Amino acid sequence: MSTTTTHPASDLHAYQPGGIMRWLTTTNHKDIGTLYLSFSLLMFFLGGAMILAVRAELFQPGLQLMQPEFFNQLIGIHALVMIFGALMPAATGFANWMLPLMLGAPDMALPRLNNWSFWLLPPAAFLLTLPFGLALFGIGDGALATGWTFYAPLSVQGGMGVDFAIFAVHILGISSIMGSINIIVTIFNMRAPGMTLMKMPLFAWGWLITAFMLIATLPVLAGAVTMLLTDRHFGTHFFAAAGGGDPILFQHLFWFFGHPEVYILLLPVWGLMPHVLSTFSRKPAYGHNAQVYSFIVIGLLSVVVWAHHFFTAGLPVPALIYFMFSTMAISLPLAVLFFCWIATMWKGAMSFETPMLFAVGFIVLFGIAGLTGLILADVAADAQYHHSYFVVAHFHYALFAGGIMGVMTGVYYWLPKWTGHMYSERLGKLHFWLTVVSFNLTFIPQFFLGLAGMPRRIPDYALQFAEFNAISTLGAFVLGFSQLLFAWNIWSCIRRGPRVENRAWEGATGLEWELSSPPPHHSWETQPVVK
Amino acid sequence: MERLHPAPLGHGRLIRRLLLLVAAAFIFAFALVPLYDVLCQATGFNGKSSGRAGFGIGGLQTGEPSAPTSRVDSSRLLRVEFTGTVMPGLPWDMRPLTFSLDIHPGELQQVSYLVRNTTDHSITGQAVPSLSPGQAARYFDKIECFCFTRQTLGPGEAREMPLTFIIKPEIDRDITHITLSYAFFGIEDQDRNLTAAREAR
Repeated sequence: MSTTTTHPASDLHAYQPGGIMRWLTTTNHKDIGTLYLSFSLLMFFLGGAMILAVRAELFQPGLQLMQPEFFNQLIGIHALVMIFGALMPAATGFANWMLPLMLGAPDMALPRLNNWSFWLLPPAAFLLTLPFGLALFGIGDGALATGWTFYAPLSVQGGMGVDFAIFAVHILGISSIMGSINIIVTIFNMRAPGMTLMKMPLFAWGWLITAFMLIATLPVLAGAVTMLLTDRHFGTHFFAAAGGGDPILFQHLFWFFGHPEVYILLLPVWGLMPHVLSTFSRKPAYGHNAQVYSFIVIGLLSVVVWAHHFFTAGLPVPALIYFMFSTMAISLPLAVLFFCWIATMWKGAMSFETPMLFAVGFIVLFGIAGLTGLILADVAADAQYHHSYFVVAHFHYALFAGGIMGVMTGVYYWLPKWTGHMYSERLGKLHFWLTVVSFNLTFIPQFFLGLAGMPRRIPDYALQFAEFNAISTLGAFVLGFSQLLFAWNIWSCIRRGPRVENRAWEGATGLEWELSSPPPHHSWETQPVVK
Repeated sequence: MERLHPAPLGHGRLIRRLLLLVAAAFIFAFALVPLYDVLCQATGFNGKSSGRAGFGIGGLQTGEPSAPTSRVDSSRLLRVEFTGTVMPGLPWDMRPLTFSLDIHPGELQQVSYLVRNTTDHSITGQAVPSLSPGQAARYFDKIECFCFTRQTLGPGEAREMPLTFIIKPEIDRDITHITLSYAFFGIEDQDRNLTAAREAR
């Protein structure tokens, strides 16, 4: 398709304001995808800077750089910024850019809603971090200091940072729900003729399940924080024990959302993996339908296992046993996914460009996340590991190696399609190796720290933990600063990378690679027919 | 135009259904509050005992005291530990006069807490009990407790507050330690809440 094709309607569509108004008012899925991804990168560096301050404090025992109150604020806001500001918008950015291209749709189904769901994000991020700034001027006592989980009764007693975080979560939730509705409607109603649900690309399947999970669980989080808000200010007693409330109920409500959230962050990545693996193995993805069914089963299981996050809160034994076995059951569909990923590479003509490196790194490191998760799911063992650095290391293997490295896989894979330029392969490989080595340098010591009994969320520690903490901090700084290579690589790719073909990777298949690189502002104005 | 954008038939209907799902999930969060209570009472989860009226939290019932059981199971000993916390905002001191007791299930026991008002004006507070492990809650009967009523302490006043209880002999044999903990709350802010909570039950 040529970009110069004129159609009576495209004159109308071609009009767009310039400068900032273009971005504020855009309803184009590619523009909005770019906005989401840029926002996500910005938040990634913001959240990273926060945790580097934390790691610097933990470099040596004793308090050097900050007071415990500020330390607590940094860890909680780091988590919220990374989850709601970096990972979720990155996945939504992928969906915006790629779903219409992959499904052969002219745009997302609800373009104006799309604009709204992006532009709610910057105010929410502002609200979340504003208390830091206000505290500098002596207003309030800083941001949310309860950790990202808002556990009552601490959050009932906390300062105004809690209120800011509650409203930020409300806004972020509305944004995500609108995004999810848009994605579901797009997938159900806008697929190219002939593309049945089972023929649909796996990335779209991953996102379809994610969107349904968001719709089913985010309102529960919104409800929980609303109850928290009324407990704080309007004399209700949902969680306030003085009035007959129950703090444990908050944990149930929070994790009813919080556990599916893990899969919300990961399913889009699991969806894009088979595309990358199949491209660089030059074979079709193994077990397309098996992967679809695994996604569905994981989506369903994820909403019935939440209490494994608080095994130590005093649950009765029958409940412990149920939640232990249901949690472990999730590893079955996940094992199917791992098998399919490896079988896709099996006997393929593999080559290791940067996206493939990240994909293989993802499989190995995410496997460690899964195996350590099985250990934590064991009720008896969890009594030792609960709230220790073992947990911190485990979920960073899941969310950094599984989530962030998965997103980087997608960025390197699709960047040539989005920009029409190739990034620097040399810098990309350097970025991969620095990331993967320093990531392990950061988090392997934390497994040992956790086993030795170092609790998380404490700014000081016993002398026996000093060496591992120093190593971990060293790794964290290398990890943090090597991400600048990533940003630089993207920037120089957009500015002066060499031009690429429509099919930027010779092994790539799918509708998106039949469009020009970069695709025209309005693509698939005539829907393709899938046989 | 029509040809470019496939007729958006069904968009509206699909969106309405999805919005219904969102509303249902939001309502579900609030429905979980009473559901959780019902579940706890029906199954004894979280130590909430069943069938008896009374203001119970953290697994302790404080309603109608039952008659002392005459049967004492002298074949086993249970260790009961006592502790207490004064919640932020209440300038009181509190400590148990007995830290722990070794008792036979079925024996009537009395202990007391010493509570002192550290300010120069009188303040009213109420203690909320909590028992751990929660499974022991339904076998822990309090005959008399300072937590049944509000306590008003004058300026600088210190008072011994008594607690009389029986542990029913039917208590599970694998429970060997029980910890009883009190949290004292200031009553001024909580007045309304406490009344509402009691009426709701």
